[in-house]
Amino acid sequence: MSTLVIKDLKVSVDTEDGPKEILKGVTLTIKDGETHAIMGPNGSGKSTLAYSIAGHPKYTVTGGTVTLDGEDVLAMTVDERARAGLFLAMQYPVEVPGVSVSNFLRTAKTAIDGEAPKLRTWIKDVNASLQALDLDPTFSTRNVNEGFSGGEKKRHEIAQLELLAPKVAVLDETDSGLDIDALKVVSDGVNRFKAAGDKGVLLITHYTRILRYIKPDFVHVFVDGRVAEQGGPELADQLEAEGYDKYTKPATVAG
Amino acid sequence: MTVTESVRSALEVDKVESHLHPQGSFDVADHVVPTGREEIWRFTPLKRLRGLHADAPLTARSCKATWTEHEGVDIRVVTGDEAQSVRGVTAWAPNARFAARVLAEVPASILVDVPAEHEMAEPIFMEIEGVDLDATMGAHMTLRFGAHSRGVIVVNHTGSAAVAAVVEVVVGDGADVTVVSLQDWAGDAVHLSHHQALVGRDATYKHVAVTFGGDVVRMDCNVQYDGPGGSAELLGLYFADEGQHIEHRLFADHTAPRTKSNVLYKGALQGQGAHTVWVGNVLIRKVAEGIETFEENRNLVLSDGCHADSVPNLEIETGEIAGAGHASATARFDDEQLFYLRSRGIDDKEARRLVVHGFFNDLIRKIGVPSIEDKLMATVEAELAKNVLREDAEVGA
Repeated sequence: MSTLVIKDLKVSVDTEDGPKEILKGVTLTIKDGETHAIMGPNGSGKSTLAYSIAGHPKYTVTGGTVTLDGEDVLAMTVDERARAGLFLAMQYPVEVPGVSVSNFLRTAKTAIDGEAPKLRTWIKDVNASLQALDLDPTFSTRNVNEGFSGGEKKRHEIAQLELLAPKVAVLDETDSGLDIDALKVVSDGVNRFKAAGDKGVLLITHYTRILRYIKPDFVHVFVDGRVAEQGGPELADQLEAEGYDKYTKPATVAG
Repeated sequence: MTVTESVRSALEVDKVESHLHPQGSFDVADHVVPTGREEIWRFTPLKRLRGLHADAPLTARSCKATWTEHEGVDIRVVTGDEAQSVRGVTAWAPNARFAARVLAEVPASILVDVPAEHEMAEPIFMEIEGVDLDATMGAHMTLRFGAHSRGVIVVNHTGSAAVAAVVEVVVGDGADVTVVSLQDWAGDAVHLSHHQALVGRDATYKHVAVTFGGDVVRMDCNVQYDGPGGSAELLGLYFADEGQHIEHRLFADHTAPRTKSNVLYKGALQGQGAHTVWVGNVLIRKVAEGIETFEENRNLVLSDGCHADSVPNLEIETGEIAGAGHASATARFDDEQLFYLRSRGIDDKEARRLVVHGFFNDLIRKIGVPSIEDKLMATVEAELAKNVLREDAEVGA
């Protein structure tokens, strides 16, 4: 049983003109087995939510709480959050020159589990996971994200998701820039992760396309740093048909 | 400069007007004692050189040299006329007083003679151990590789000494030669050196400089070409700690057509007063058509109080080149890299360790001498333990 509870979360970033509030009070509860889609126009604060949960130093939490199974996530360092069971699949994964994928994955797995994985099964697991994501076995000898195509970066993120097996996965626009084949491969990976049971997924996306492959239980529409509307999968269909206009255009006076 | 002068200099083939590489001379009297204001001395702390740049005696023998024997390779100490006959064999005249003095005054040279077409199965390992810091010394070595020969020599410097050294490397036509020089001195050593290579037609030369130890270590590593088609790869790795001055100067002098030079130096700095200097000079002479050159220097600053100078210079005298470029970057840890690693559960110290290992990894893999590669990975680890991985090291949240 694991539950991620976000309560009235307020987050700001430093800009040249002083701190700017991006999240203006976000409340969400993600229980295990649930998939929540967060949708919204550009600049609505979707990615800020993802990075704030992961603890990126650029973002300052000015109010609210985030707890994972009752533990105060905001009091944890970035790596403590990951070890507590949070995972962020990034929209723009970072290059780490000179560090091979296999070294990186083993180091991360060792950190998460608190002990080194058994070598034989580990190599088998890594190869199986890479293969499932249509990545060549030689992929593990390449340097992390260096020279990866956009699709390879995203598939590598999902390979990590499967291998590190967190409690709650936050996927930040994992679908952006993917062609339909890559989107299916990545979605299959997320669905395998979910099938392992007791997993929470927070799926951040601008488009409804990925929701055809990863079925959300709840859809939240994010506008201007707040949840403007929430509902079931049907809300995604509505957004597909109508777009975000009704949330972003200033309300007209009824009459 | 008047118009006539500039036309004349444009037509000049052999002589190049440049403040970067002054004309050389074998005559010590032609070299005044540097004051520190000269372009080629402006970064070097002359006061800490124990007079090696000026008039300190160079005749003491305060280093012990030992080496591994190899069948078919002649390695010995030569003196007198024979010593003089192996000096100045790289078509080069010293551009610094200390180098001219080494050629003129040092009684003996070490000669490594690899016959033509000889392929060495194992590297030559040479140990230079400093035993007396107070007796300044000069040292000269000639590495002569015959045409189409193949071999690796690793020179490892340890202990305490104050040494001015010249190493000349003759790479015969078609030969494939790797020279690795490790400066793993004790913290008080002073080492001023000039490595001069003459790369033959279609020959391949790799020079690797690795500097961790010493109080002041400055190495000038120069390459010229004896014919078309030669290729030089100049690699370097350095790690400067508190108070250390480590200086590497490279000069790829493209004296023949269709030659290549590729320079990659990477350094890390940590501790108050750690100072590194990298100056990469490339000259493409008029005759050197169709050449390719690239030079790159990267520095990773691991703590406050460090100073890294990085100066790439490219002088081009012909329009007919295949490629020429350079890159230089000096930076602290990349916060985004650390965030990415830590978001996978890797703690801050381990993340930093990974980044530094990664920084040096690609370079170390290019050396091509497995025993050296393992040793360097261990040395990087030991250097990290002094600062980044120290138990009480300040760690960001």
